[in-house]
Amino acid sequence: MIEVIDAERCTACDICVNVCPTNVFDKTDGIPRIARQGDCQTCFLCELYCPEDALFVSPFADTPQQLDVVALKEAEVLGSYRRAVGWTDESRHLRDADRSYRLFGH
Amino acid sequence: MTIPSSRAERLSSSAGSVVFDADVLVLGGGPAGTWAAISAAEHGARVVLADKGFCGTSGATAAAGTGVWYVDPAPERREAAMASREKLGGHLQDRRWMARVLDRTYAQSNQLADWGYPYPVDEDGKPQRNSLQGPEYMRLMRKRTKQAGVTILDHSPALELLVDGSGVVAGATGLRRQKGDRWTVNAKAVVIATGGCAFLSKTLGSNVLTGDGYLLAAEAGAEFTSMEFSNAYAISPAFGSVTKTLFYSWASFTDEQGSVIPGASSKGGRSVIARALRKGAVYAQLDEADAETQKHMRVSQPNFFLPFDRTGIDPFTQRFPITLRLEGTVRGTGGLRILDDSCATTVPGLYAAGDAATRELICGGFTGGGSHNAAWAMSSGYWAGQGAAEFAQQLGVTVGRQVFRRGTVGLRSRSGRPLQGGALAQSIQGEVFPYELNYFREAGRLGQSLSRLDALWSDASVADAPGEQELLRAREAAAMLATARWMYRSALARQESRGMHRRDDYPEQDDRYLHYVTTGGLDEVWTSARPLPSLQYAEAAE
Repeated sequence: MIEVIDAERCTACDICVNVCPTNVFDKTDGIPRIARQGDCQTCFLCELYCPEDALFVSPFADTPQQLDVVALKEAEVLGSYRRAVGWTDESRHLRDADRSYRLFGH
Repeated sequence: MTIPSSRAERLSSSAGSVVFDADVLVLGGGPAGTWAAISAAEHGARVVLADKGFCGTSGATAAAGTGVWYVDPAPERREAAMASREKLGGHLQDRRWMARVLDRTYAQSNQLADWGYPYPVDEDGKPQRNSLQGPEYMRLMRKRTKQAGVTILDHSPALELLVDGSGVVAGATGLRRQKGDRWTVNAKAVVIATGGCAFLSKTLGSNVLTGDGYLLAAEAGAEFTSMEFSNAYAISPAFGSVTKTLFYSWASFTDEQGSVIPGASSKGGRSVIARALRKGAVYAQLDEADAETQKHMRVSQPNFFLPFDRTGIDPFTQRFPITLRLEGTVRGTGGLRILDDSCATTVPGLYAAGDAATRELICGGFTGGGSHNAAWAMSSGYWAGQGAAEFAQQLGVTVGRQVFRRGTVGLRSRSGRPLQGGALAQSIQGEVFPYELNYFREAGRLGQSLSRLDALWSDASVADAPGEQELLRAREAAAMLATARWMYRSALARQESRGMHRRDDYPEQDDRYLHYVTTGGLDEVWTSARPLPSLQYAEAAE
């Protein structure tokens, strides 16, 4: 489930509010609020669309977690999915790196 | 591509609601919905697309990615692609539909390349077009939908269909949940592309898929088919949502003590896993993937590794607990019954595409996995959009026609207590998640479950409409409930095991059931047998 909106990085652009398929976030006067965490389906897409790497989705789909944001940032976990699918400038070459055709038919 | 001359017209937005006038309304913004909207616009229609979530991220494909049934047009390769599925599907496929879906999928996939989708190129310099990265694909589809002149309404779940005095579909109305008001689209034709129903099981990206379009369509009188082929379960880490069963073909499966579970496998041995899970924890480890395969897995599906990298598990060298999450009719093959090549349903002006429409035509009784499902979304989306645009054109001027709301449960004021969507959804999950009810079916257990589901329906149908905040949840639960009842009534009617439908009390395939099961109805759910097209032609020739 979505656990972190890092106040240091978030620019209140509200992209996460718009793109979340299950409407988990609410807009505020400042940074968005995780208003309905229980509705999070753990699809990781808000994190992927966040241009500031300010979000972190925990892989635990059914139970909330206590997380240390500083440690997550030090481990460079924030934004790791965006980098892996080639949605950052330095990882653009990964957008056509799909090798699924080598895996089908196993 | 022809750019349509005009967009759907915004008629008013006074008093906290918005009204549009369009030729075609598409409900759902996943692959099928976006292909339908683009196709309808290309065929001259003014189009509105309303998505429950955000067109581009909502639906199973955006989150998960997908293979595509993309086959080179060489006749022998097409023949092999069709033949390989017939036994699995219990011989319920239709060769004519398979061929036209292969043709259409080939064209649409190549269209994606022209639009700039970054298909990979193999070692021989040949583009590989049988897989799509979900976020990349659906971001492109949103862009192309907007460029086609389609008006997109995000976070705008439909609540009910509108019909005219003769029962022809005339649009729909719903919520704008982030604005706290309502939308209405007056349209000459509607495409249902709202996906299947995975019963809020958190299979990757599927929680927006609660069967909403089925309920809307059924309220307008639509019929369903092959709803018994609805017991697909996917493997995921026990704690997580990432269901990517293909990768488990490199896995070994063990019990609590570390002993290998005989026969357990991602393909052809998932029922063994289901049985083992009833007794205790089951663990997987992808120990059959060599270094090269591991590398391909990493770059192909980065999302598969999120649950592992973020919990410090190396899935190739360490065991981790797994579960099976219900994919229902998302991976199943049933859905709205399609009458003709334009993907028309049994309701005039109403079309269906993607997971919401029956996939029996190309998959028969066995899931096509992502591959056939993606091909079906592209093809049926294209045809439904075209069909809806042509229907709208033939209908001509509809100014001043009277329209009626067709919504039922959860939408009417009653004297009873308001419908409790959250609690109802949990009760339904208790009937469709358990392997002994849904995976391994048997007349006694199905019958008891149906009695409980019917009782839930009786209660829900006399409940008062909840407040605006709870309305969507209530309608979702009602849709799940209706879906479960069509599934189990159909499962009872098919007294054999065929395709993915397995009956403990009838373990063999029985040729007396070489037909489709049609179903429908809300207060009274009915089923009937429908002959295969090949047999219909034979009768007509006599």
